[in-house]
Formats: sequence, C-alpha cells, structure tokens
Amino acid sequence: MAETTSPPVLSVHDLKVEIGGRKIINGMSFEAHRGEILGLIGPSGSGKSVTMRAIVRLLPSTGEIRILGRNYAELDREERVATQRNWGILFQQGALFSSLSVLENIEFPMREHLHLSSALRRDIARIKLDLVGLPAKAAQLYPSELSGGMIKRAALARALALDPQILFLDEPTAGLDPIGAGKFDELIVTLRDTLDLTVLMVTHDLDSLATACDRIVALADGKLLLAGTMAEMRASTHPWLRDYFHGPRAHGLEG
Amino acid sequence: MERQTSIETSAANGSLIRCSGDWTADTAGSLERELAGLGLPGAGPVQLDLAGIGRLDTVGAWLLSNLRHRLGGKADFIGGTEQHRRLLDRIGDTELQRVAPPPKPNFFVYPFDLLGRMVIGGAQDIFQANVVQGRLISAFARTATFQASLRFPSFVSQFEQIVLRAIPIVALISLVVGAIITQQTILQLRAFGAVIFVVDLAAILMFREIGVLLAAIMVAGRSGSAITAEIGSMRMREEFDALQVMGVDPYQALLLPRVLALVVGLPLLAFVGAMAGLVGAAIVSLVYGDIPFDIFIGRLQDAMTVRSVVVGMIKAPFMAFLVGLIACIEGLKVEGSAESLGRRTTSSVVKSIFVVIVADGLFAVFFAAIGF
Repeated sequence: MAETTSPPVLSVHDLKVEIGGRKIINGMSFEAHRGEILGLIGPSGSGKSVTMRAIVRLLPSTGEIRILGRNYAELDREERVATQRNWGILFQQGALFSSLSVLENIEFPMREHLHLSSALRRDIARIKLDLVGLPAKAAQLYPSELSGGMIKRAALARALALDPQILFLDEPTAGLDPIGAGKFDELIVTLRDTLDLTVLMVTHDLDSLATACDRIVALADGKLLLAGTMAEMRASTHPWLRDYFHGPRAHGLEG
Repeated sequence: MERQTSIETSAANGSLIRCSGDWTADTAGSLERELAGLGLPGAGPVQLDLAGIGRLDTVGAWLLSNLRHRLGGKADFIGGTEQHRRLLDRIGDTELQRVAPPPKPNFFVYPFDLLGRMVIGGAQDIFQANVVQGRLISAFARTATFQASLRFPSFVSQFEQIVLRAIPIVALISLVVGAIITQQTILQLRAFGAVIFVVDLAAILMFREIGVLLAAIMVAGRSGSAITAEIGSMRMREEFDALQVMGVDPYQALLLPRVLALVVGLPLLAFVGAMAGLVGAAIVSLVYGDIPFDIFIGRLQDAMTVRSVVVGMIKAPFMAFLVGLIACIEGLKVEGSAESLGRRTTSSVVKSIFVVIVADGLFAVFFAAIGF
C-alpha cells in the first residue's frame, strides 16, 4: 500500500523520552506512509506504549515528530488542535468515559470540535457504531455494561469519530479471544481501506502482525531494532527477533 | 459560502446534480442547510456527479447517501475517485436502526415513581446496613476469639491516617468553637454577675457534647469519605473480588481495620478536642471575663466530674462505628463509573454527619432519662 512518492504521514526522527531521569526511548526513527498499517513490537518494557504516548504528546520528548508533514513542536495552539483532530487513539483499556453511554461517548469529540446539527451528529455516531461492527442496541449501554471486546470496538468508534487520518492503537487485540481478535484485525484492514487511514498499532499478537500489518517496527531497549516487512523480520538473525518469530507460538506463521 | 450543489436539467438525460468542494465534517453545517433547501428535480432519472468533490469523509458520505435516499434511491453516482466510491458504498449500506430510548414515566406518575424508588432504596439501605454490620461484627468476633488474626500493620496505618493526622485540625476547630461559645456565654452571664459559671458550662459542654460531636463530624468528612473512595475504587478495579476468591474475607482484611481504627481513635480524638476546647475557653475567660488561669483551674476542679468525661467517651465509639459503617456501605455500593464513585462519597459524608447528629440527640435523651 505504501506510496513511496508521497511524504510520510507520520515521521519520527531521533525520538528520545526520559521519565524520572531514566532514558526510556533513546534515539528512535521510523516513518509511516499513507494507507499503511504499521505494527510496533518489542519485549515488555521496551517502550512501545511510551513511543506512542510521546507521539501524541502525552509525554514530553525530544527529537522531531512530523504528523502529516508538519512538526508538532512548531505549531501554534489552533494548528495543534487541528492536528489532534487528525488522529484517533484507542487506549489499551478503552478509556471510554464511564458516565456517558456508548453513543454519547462517540458523539463527545464531535460535540467538542464540529458544528453539526444534533440529528446529524447522532446519525454519524450510529454510522461509526455500525462501521466498527457493534449492534445498534449497544448505543444506549454504559461502558460498565460492555464486554471486553465491545469496549474495544466502542473505543475504536470514538477514535474514529472525527474521521482522523492517523489511528493509534495500543494493543487492540489484547484480552480478546482468537476469533474476536481475528475479526478485529479484519475490521482494521477494512476501515483502513474505506476510510483511507494510516494505522500505528502496538501489539504482541503474532496473528495481527501477520494478517493486518504491512510493515513492522521492532523496538528493544529504547532503540529501533529493525523496521521491515514480515519476511524481513523472519529472516533476521537477531536473537530476540528469532525467538519472537520462530518461537513455539509462531508456528501458525509457518508455511 | 459558495454553493456546493447545482442542478442541471436537460430533457434528454434527466437531471444532473453536480456536487463540488469538500464534503467533510467542517463543511457539514452549511451543506446540511443547503441540502435542506435544495429543490429536488421531479420525475426522470437523476444523476449525482461527484467529479467535483475534493475531500470526502464519513459525514459527507452520509449526507450524499441521504440525498440519494431522498431522491428515492433511483439516483446514480457518477464520477468520483475509487476511494470516494468505496466509502459511499460502505456508508450507503448502513441501515440505521433507531433504538428507542427507554420510555420516560408519565408526568403524573413520575413523583410517585420517584417516591416508591426512594422508599425501596431506603429499605434496601437498612437491609444492607444490617448485612454489613453483621459481617463486620462477625469479622471482629473471629479476630477477638483468635480465629483470625488482626491485621495489625493495616490497623496501625489506618490509625495514623484517621486519628493521628486528624489531631491538629480537630484540636484547632475545638479550640475556636470553645472560645466562641465561652465568649457568648460570658456576655450573657455578665448581666447576672455570674461570669465564673462559664467554667462549669465550658467543662460540661465540651466533654459531654461539643468535643465528641466536632471530632465525629470531622472524622466523617475526613475519613468517612476516604474509606468510601478507597473501597469504591477497589471494587471498581476488582481488587475486592480478588480478595474474595483468594479465600480472604474482604471484611476482615479491608473493612475491619478501618472501622476498628475509627472506634478506637474517635474517643481519643474527642478527648483531645475537648481539652483544646477548654484551652480556648480559658483564654477567652481571661480576656473577656477577667478570670485568671489559676481561678479557672480551681473552678474547673469543682465543676468537672468524671461523669461528664465518661458520657462523652461512651458516645464516641458508637458514633465512630456509625461513621465507619456508612462509609463501608456506600463504598460497597460503588458501580463501574467515576460518577458513581463521586456520588457515593458525597452521600457517605452527608449520611454520616446526619446520623452522628441524630445519634447525639438520642444519647442526650437517653442520658437525661437515666439521670446520668
């Protein structure tokens, strides 16, 4: 899917993140092109989630992060809000607002940022609900009444509320059963195709990597290990990558 | 705002609606108005020309699908990029099922509905209070008979939080309240030349009523709310359930140390508060009533009886238990949402303060009746 001619939708150059004097990310660079689904892998504690949080500016960092060709650090307030509207984030636990119903959760970003009539806003929220494959009757439920898979889908619908160009997913299939996880992967690919999304996905799920991701970025000890396709990953001789892609749980990828 | 739709009608090919510009969430407001005012072409085939459309997102696609629907679904889309067509196909397929919101009760029935719910809620509260009280007492009984160990570290840390750290604020408030009451009393007693009796009043009032009441109210606000919030968030994050399935009684492990710290601590706090109140009274007596400290203390020895102290000390553990019980009940009622946690914490504080004051009144009646 990657069009090498167009500028990358997301480019990270020499990213460094320090938390409490500890260097979590130490000089990371990678790019995501338009329409690409990029998987971010690495051992636990290697800074995958931190990388994602640094990109969306939840954590202070140094280095250059360009979103849609623009350096976030150089933007003024209004341009920042405009950039924030262009990304949607699915947090690991969903982070749905617990006092709002699912439909209100999806409507919330639209209410804040768009000037739509309430009827139209409601329709659009219902469409998003349908896009992520939730039944219409889920609209009135509250987050505490949803199952794990439904929370992920509802949170995805909320992330898509403003029609973002970039979607960040933090372990989207963690905690889902294999069938649910497979469907979620399919959903992401379908959404990418219909909505022209670029997706950055932190994941541990080998099947997600194989079926959904176009390219994989591997992280270790706060540094980039390797970026490339599944085939390149499997061909690597790095011990961690070899364990990861040829370990007992990777048998599904063989042949 | 420039118009983004135009209609061309030709006899041979029917009508053509030409769409142009960006059809996105940002332009949706003006598009909505424009489409609402759009005079639809009559009979004959209609085509929707998408060639002029720049950017298209789900909002724009929905508006286009709606327009097509209004034309009776007979209109065809022509032009447009592959990406646009794909999005339109997907959005056009969406069947919006409107789920009716839960029916609102009838306007006239509503007050009765509310009243009924409140009565049932009250009854459930009383039932729940008995359940929690029973489990707390049985947990205590098991600890007291050495069948279960008292969680001493937990008790000590709760004691520090609930009692030791509350001493400054309780002492300060009691001092100020003692001073205020004494000042007003002196101003009244001066008319009768009986200023010295302010010492009797301060001693009895502080030890019998004000000390314990102020301490109980402070603890309800300070620690009752903390206990409710702690237990509530533990319930939200399934920590409570985790204890239960490990075979650890959460009442034993979580609630008992807190309630016990309250019950042991409140008499001490009440005593500290009453002493601070006396200090306030002594200072004001000196300033407003010209009663030197040695006279104040001499009078105090006559006025104060062990009985006054005992009355206050008897009441304190009961009030502490009520505060702890209500805090636990409300904490256990917390459900999934952050909002419910806030509501329960508020209600814990309000209910405990109310119950503490009512209990104080009942005690006053009781002690008067038995002549203690």
